[in-house]
Amino acid sequence: MHSDLNPTHFDYLWLIPLFPFIGALINGLIGKRMMAKFGPKANHSLAILMPALSFVVTAIAFVELIGLDEHHRVLYNYVFPFIHIGFFDADMAFWFDPLSATLTLIITFIGTLIHVYSIGYMHGDKSYWRFFTYLNLFMGSMLLLVLGDNFLVMFIGWEGVGLCSYLLISFWFTEKANAVAGMKAFVVNRVGDFAFVLGAAFLFWGMLGNYSGAPGTTDGFKLGSYQDVPISKLESVELDRQSRIGFAGERDYLPPTSVRFDVLRQRVAEDKHLWDEESPMAKTFWGIPLVALICILLFIGATGKSAQIPLYVWLPDAMAGPTPVSALIHAATMVTAGVYMVARLNFLFALSPIAMTVVACVGALTAFFAATIGLFQHDIKKVLAYSTVSQLGYMFIGVGVGAYWAGVLHLLTHAVFKACLFLGSGSVILGCHHEQDMRKMGGLKKYMPLTHWTYFFACIAITTAPFFLLSNGFFSKDEILWKAFDAQHLLVPGWSLWIVGFLGAACTSFYMWRSYYMTFTGEYRGGQDDHGHHDDHGDDDHGHHGGEPHESPRTMTWVLVALAALILPTAGLGFWPLIHIEPIFEHWMHPVAGASMDSLSWFSKSGTNFMGLHPHTWEYILAGSSVSIAMCGWLLARHLYKDAKNPMPEKLIAVAGEVVPKAPLASHVMGTRLLRLAGASFFFAGGVAAITGGSNLGIIVFVFGMLLTFILAIFGLGFCVEDNEGLGKAAIAVTLPLFPMFLFVLGMQYFRDYQTELGMIPIALGFVQLFRTLPRQDKAGWMRTVYQAIYNKYYIDELYDWMIVRPSHWIANFFSNIDKKIIDGLVHFFAFLGRLIAAIDGLIDALVVDGLILAFARGVAACGNRIRQTQTGQIQTYLLGAAAGALALIFFNFLLF
Amino acid sequence: MLMELTENILTTVPLSFHIFMALATFTVLGACGVAFSQNIVYSAFSLLATFAGMVGLFGFLSNDFLAIVQLMVYVGGILVVILFAVMLTNKISDIQSSNPSNNIIAGFTLMLMLLTVLVTSVFSYDWKTRDPGPYEPTAAKIGDAFLGPYLINFEIAGLMLLVALLAAVVVARKEVKFAEDNQAEDEG
Amino acid sequence: MTVGLMHFLVVAAILFALGFYTVVTRKNAVGILMGVELILNAANLNFVAFSRYGDVANVTAGQVFPVFGIMIAAAEAAVGLAIVLAIFQNWGSIDTEKVTALRQ
Repeated sequence: MHSDLNPTHFDYLWLIPLFPFIGALINGLIGKRMMAKFGPKANHSLAILMPALSFVVTAIAFVELIGLDEHHRVLYNYVFPFIHIGFFDADMAFWFDPLSATLTLIITFIGTLIHVYSIGYMHGDKSYWRFFTYLNLFMGSMLLLVLGDNFLVMFIGWEGVGLCSYLLISFWFTEKANAVAGMKAFVVNRVGDFAFVLGAAFLFWGMLGNYSGAPGTTDGFKLGSYQDVPISKLESVELDRQSRIGFAGERDYLPPTSVRFDVLRQRVAEDKHLWDEESPMAKTFWGIPLVALICILLFIGATGKSAQIPLYVWLPDAMAGPTPVSALIHAATMVTAGVYMVARLNFLFALSPIAMTVVACVGALTAFFAATIGLFQHDIKKVLAYSTVSQLGYMFIGVGVGAYWAGVLHLLTHAVFKACLFLGSGSVILGCHHEQDMRKMGGLKKYMPLTHWTYFFACIAITTAPFFLLSNGFFSKDEILWKAFDAQHLLVPGWSLWIVGFLGAACTSFYMWRSYYMTFTGEYRGGQDDHGHHDDHGDDDHGHHGGEPHESPRTMTWVLVALAALILPTAGLGFWPLIHIEPIFEHWMHPVAGASMDSLSWFSKSGTNFMGLHPHTWEYILAGSSVSIAMCGWLLARHLYKDAKNPMPEKLIAVAGEVVPKAPLASHVMGTRLLRLAGASFFFAGGVAAITGGSNLGIIVFVFGMLLTFILAIFGLGFCVEDNEGLGKAAIAVTLPLFPMFLFVLGMQYFRDYQTELGMIPIALGFVQLFRTLPRQDKAGWMRTVYQAIYNKYYIDELYDWMIVRPSHWIANFFSNIDKKIIDGLVHFFAFLGRLIAAIDGLIDALVVDGLILAFARGVAACGNRIRQTQTGQIQTYLLGAAAGALALIFFNFLLF
Repeated sequence: MLMELTENILTTVPLSFHIFMALATFTVLGACGVAFSQNIVYSAFSLLATFAGMVGLFGFLSNDFLAIVQLMVYVGGILVVILFAVMLTNKISDIQSSNPSNNIIAGFTLMLMLLTVLVTSVFSYDWKTRDPGPYEPTAAKIGDAFLGPYLINFEIAGLMLLVALLAAVVVARKEVKFAEDNQAEDEG
Repeated sequence: MTVGLMHFLVVAAILFALGFYTVVTRKNAVGILMGVELILNAANLNFVAFSRYGDVANVTAGQVFPVFGIMIAAAEAAVGLAIVLAIFQNWGSIDTEKVTALRQ
């Protein structure tokens, strides 16, 4: 597989992002007037027409793309030159290969459907036009993101969607919570975006972005810097580049580096000599391999946009926005931008096992972690939000283990079913008069049948239970998990990823069916108390405001039906690889990701006979166990929540949910805990040092671990000393870890060959110490701790608040204090001096000068009276003044020179 | 003594200088009349003197075309218009002090300062001059210039004149509609 | 003693200063317009003087520009006097101290 530098030109790709931008422009500029004059119909007709037109163009391009043979399956559209500096040539150009085609189809099709849905959902809103403006703007930015052929265009889209996300989360900005949620999303995304830009810059720099040598010959480009090159030579390089590339974007010349994805791929993945010893990409930066650094930085950008650990915190809060927004931006499209980016740069990630491990591990952890948080949420949109985070984690497992096509397939299936789920929940929320708490729903099956059925099928699609053949999510997720299981290139064993994903699948099944049963079965629990209380717009005409929930308007239900109907064909895309017939989607994605997958041959093509069984057998066993664990989750949820008959959940919450006031800790208990923590960190540091055996990283970890130990021990001892009785215990707590460590160090002298295995011992001891720091509790206490930890989202928000927000406040306060105390003090001092002098002066004034001053003042008053008369309003007077001024200046000039 | 001096001047100084001085005096006196006369009609006729002096000066500067244009446009056009305006806007009875002034002291001081600055500038700068050469007709050259390098300027100037003409007509006509409106208002 | 550039410049300066004085001191709007004519004439005189005596490359430019100046003056006179007439029709006076409708 070779990259394609002579793609087919398709000169209408630029229309795809343009249409929504036009819609946004018109609606944004004159939308309000349109709404006043022609009614909201004008707004939404325009807003729907534009993405629909985009979809039509996309469909045409798609047909064109299918018609090409596999090795040249890419469409290219050069629009205009953007920035040309040295080898940094970023053009406004679009690149339509199978990956972007898939994404573009998802975005335009589901996006259009969600626009239609919004008619019903946003009905009667004051800012109807604003909503559609933002939605169209989002569509345009997202399409730029996926269609851009270089980092720059991608970044424009990347920031554009971030902006739209912010605008739409805080769409109802009059409520503070919404505005805060929007800001949170924006700020968290900035963290990620910074890393993204840094990664892109590193990539360009590492890929000979700096050069020296003879112009025009790629052989001459060795690592160097601009300083070595005389300016005249740089000019000739530039001229040479222009003459070769030209402004028409001809691609017959391959520069040594670029921000264009295809050139990068050609250079990075296919010119293997670039990866030789002296190649710049083989070098390290602060001890970290440059490729890994670049990929991890880019991935941090992806964690921001795609809500992965550690930057996922904004997505659940983003549910403050209108539900169509949650469906479009925070489930189907924008949050998948990170996955798209990793898949787009697969050639780069494929080169760094470290980066791929990071991606896969973060994905797996997020998949499981978010799924557990979803277990006990009461807000239906929060459940779906955590579900989205979790599913995005699965996608990252996919792209992380190298199964790019599986990750993208999961992106596609997830876009369908999660959009359906979100829109279904929106329909439910609207039907229940803006109630989002599932405890106040129930029995909606009979009130809103269409919503119910579509939600039901979407639940099957995501959880795979009870009929996995109807589940499109099953096929993609199973493929991801199987590839993860099979992955052997990562720094962690593949089966560990599989186990985490597998457990996550169980949780997924449980919380999805829990939400289904709580919402749609049993008796309607809302309405009796404060119905309409949560109604944001009380005077809209959603119709009956009685307690009765109602089915949503047809524009909404039809969209739901259309999305639910999409589940089956998308399931078909993933079904074939399972039974090992022609994997359509894998072949489809082959031009994009095939190179990196083939060249690295990490997968057991020959077949790993793991534990003596054929890989296919393994695959079926794993798929079977996935289905069965999903069934378990489903059955449990059904048992607990169906028809709200089982009292268990109530009891559970009654026991686990109660908040026990905490007694203040005795100082020595606190001190002992800190000392144990110090012991744990001591062991961990020693273990890591032993395992890594004196590499740079190991030494860094060891030094930091020891520092931490020292600090913790000092604090712990301090607390212990406060209580006299704690001193003895403290002495034991300090000396106890030292003894096994001493033994261990002795042992290491004799068993150097087994240092990795031996290193496990202190790490295990560290875990023991860590568990000993936990307070002793009975069974109910443990249950309460776990439940409350999960219910409160593991206190991550609090942790971030404690770690980042408050320290920044402290720093701000610190500087504010400096400002107040020191600088203000100085100012006040000088002010005092000034006052003193003024007082003295005042005395002199009053006694000596006053008479003079008074006379002068009278004179001034008299002059003022005269001067006031100059304000005649007559131009002549002013001309006189102006001329006098000018002449004064001239005379002044004469005097001076 | 005086006779000697006069003779001296008449013989040593060339005729052109006397002609220039006469023209300049005529022009400046006219301008003084414009500036200082209390009677607007006198002012207007002083302006005529100035323009006439200017015609002479242009001629002196070997610029026959401009002299003719000055004569036709200024004396024949603008001055007549100004006289019309004077006649239309002043009653005969108060014609004696029809051109009052104010800010005379400040204005005069400033004028003197301005004159000082300008004349000082004129004398203190080392002007690069050339020999003026013989007198020759300029109309052909100017005509060529208008239809050559200055064509667009010429057209625009023509357009501007047209616009000014229309504007003058629009501004100066009697407000017939205005009266009607007043009538309508009265009726309303 | 021959006539040179400076003689004309001095004459133009005097004309300009007198025009300025007229513009600044006159109460009568027509008087002010006369002052403006004086200023414009001073400028034209300078142009022509420089074109004849000055060491300039393009002699014609100095002769062409006064024509434009005269055009401007004509237009200005036409419009200005029309405005004066209109003012006179509305206020019955063209004394600049009395026409104060735009003054607060």
